[in-house]
Amino acid sequence: MSLTVERVPGEARQAQDPGLRHRLAERGIDRQLLLLVPAVLFVVLLFLYPFLYGLQLSFAPDEGGPLASYQAFFSDPYQSGTIWITLKLALPAALINVLASVPIAYRMRGSFRGKRLLTIVLVVPITLGTVLTAQGLLNYLGPAGWFNKILMTLGLIDDPVRLVNNYWGVFFSLVITGFPFAFLLILSYLSGIDPTLERAAATLGADWRQRFRHITLPLLAPGLATTFCLAFVLAFSVFPSAVLVGNPAGETRVLALAAYQAAYEQYDYSLASAIAMVMGAVELIVIGVVLLWRSRLYTGSTGGKG
Amino acid sequence: MATTVAPRARRRIVGSPSSWLIWGAVTFFLVNLAGVIGAVLVSSFGTQWFGTWFPNGFTTSWYATAWREFGLLDVVGVTLQVSLLVVVISVLIGVPAAYVLARRTFPGKKIVYFAFLLPILMPPITYGIPLATVLYKFGFAGNASGVVLANLVPSVPFVILTMTPFIEQISPSIESAARMCGATTRALFLRVLGPLLVPGMLAAAILVLVRTVGMFELTFLTAGPDSQTLVVALYYSMSAAGIRAQQAVDAMAVIYTSTMLVLLVVALRFVNPTQLVARVKETPEP
Repeated sequence: MSLTVERVPGEARQAQDPGLRHRLAERGIDRQLLLLVPAVLFVVLLFLYPFLYGLQLSFAPDEGGPLASYQAFFSDPYQSGTIWITLKLALPAALINVLASVPIAYRMRGSFRGKRLLTIVLVVPITLGTVLTAQGLLNYLGPAGWFNKILMTLGLIDDPVRLVNNYWGVFFSLVITGFPFAFLLILSYLSGIDPTLERAAATLGADWRQRFRHITLPLLAPGLATTFCLAFVLAFSVFPSAVLVGNPAGETRVLALAAYQAAYEQYDYSLASAIAMVMGAVELIVIGVVLLWRSRLYTGSTGGKG
Repeated sequence: MATTVAPRARRRIVGSPSSWLIWGAVTFFLVNLAGVIGAVLVSSFGTQWFGTWFPNGFTTSWYATAWREFGLLDVVGVTLQVSLLVVVISVLIGVPAAYVLARRTFPGKKIVYFAFLLPILMPPITYGIPLATVLYKFGFAGNASGVVLANLVPSVPFVILTMTPFIEQISPSIESAARMCGATTRALFLRVLGPLLVPGMLAAAILVLVRTVGMFELTFLTAGPDSQTLVVALYYSMSAAGIRAQQAVDAMAVIYTSTMLVLLVVALRFVNPTQLVARVKETPEP
């Protein structure tokens, strides 16, 4: 594709054939498309080429047949189990982030005093990054942390609850870092829906439940699907927090960690590439399913543009 | 204005159970968030803190320790250098491409668009490991140029995707008018579109800046000892816990977060986060 885009305008110029140039321009090909060339070259060189190189590497292990790396991955439960571990973390985290954002964003759609401040406060976790979140969770939820202290002072529990260095630590860090993204996106999708539509429905006697079910939700659903995909991508590639607040040897040994260890601890680049490819494939399957569902929904203007 | 506020306030005092539930959930989230941040903040100023509610005493010496021991001056320098390079290059490459994608239809547009979407959709580790291998092969990895190249991979598509709606909303008739008056493509870009696009470019640039400073995986995979950014240095200091005092790591985490916070507040000055996806109709209630 990129090749035709790059070559054709040049040829057209050389040939000085107004007929050909004109015909191409009618189909949308002319010199302006050259503006696209740097970006296309860039994606090809820095994304597609490394990606294909990795794909080829994954089929070329040091020993064994072309599929040996994949066999090594899928036959070893310690390795292949990482798929489930990752999905078990990423799917619930992404779902909670998206579903919790909807009612909150729905409430915050209109303008009210302090909305900007509240938005900034809700967005603060983006600045924390995974590492401060990890450090904070270790301090706050740890056995001697404030959270356990409060619960013990209130008499709700006798012994500290174990919330870090296991599944829950990683899960909380995913919610803290993922929620602001989901919230911001949903808020912008919701505010992009023309409020007059809902007012029209209200005039016709719909209560808020009917308005949400029949007006807002159908218009929001494509946005929900997109947000879920992005939230899932974020949660799926969890890596630093799985090491820092999780239990990297056991229940939070995620795919990214397995790939990293294969590459930088065992120096088996073929296996690492194979795990990376499996990771990409699993993620694309989930996203594909969501987008397939989305393609059956209403697409088009939500009335907010302009 | 007063007429719209009054019924709203009254409705909230009545308060349906659902609204109590929602605001309760938000409060719970924020309280715990404050706990997470507060724990690090208090610890970074504390002298000794074992099992009590608050540390025994307060000091600022951990910041000096962290600054000295982790060589933060170099790290911050590298972070700034890398992020600014990434921002400038990704805007230079991304904006023209976004212009073409916003204005033109051509055969294969969908494929091109998909190719730009893919780096954002893929987890960084998936393409990061092959990319790091390729960069090592050509001698780029292990220094700042490799870090810049790796960080460009998600940044350029990000600029393209955020700029496309910005360009779409500028009326093409302005361009046609400029063409009618005899503007060349270069003049069109520099004197007509450029000034109109400055807010959008600023927004994209700041978002890329925030992303790059916070990007862990790609930098981690490609950085050498001299080209660590702040996040990566922080990760190493944390995973090597026990060698250095916990509080020094906390202090470093606070330094990192305040940097990000400043960036984000600046970003929110220029971009209204809710306008990223769709231009919002900000008409007051009638």
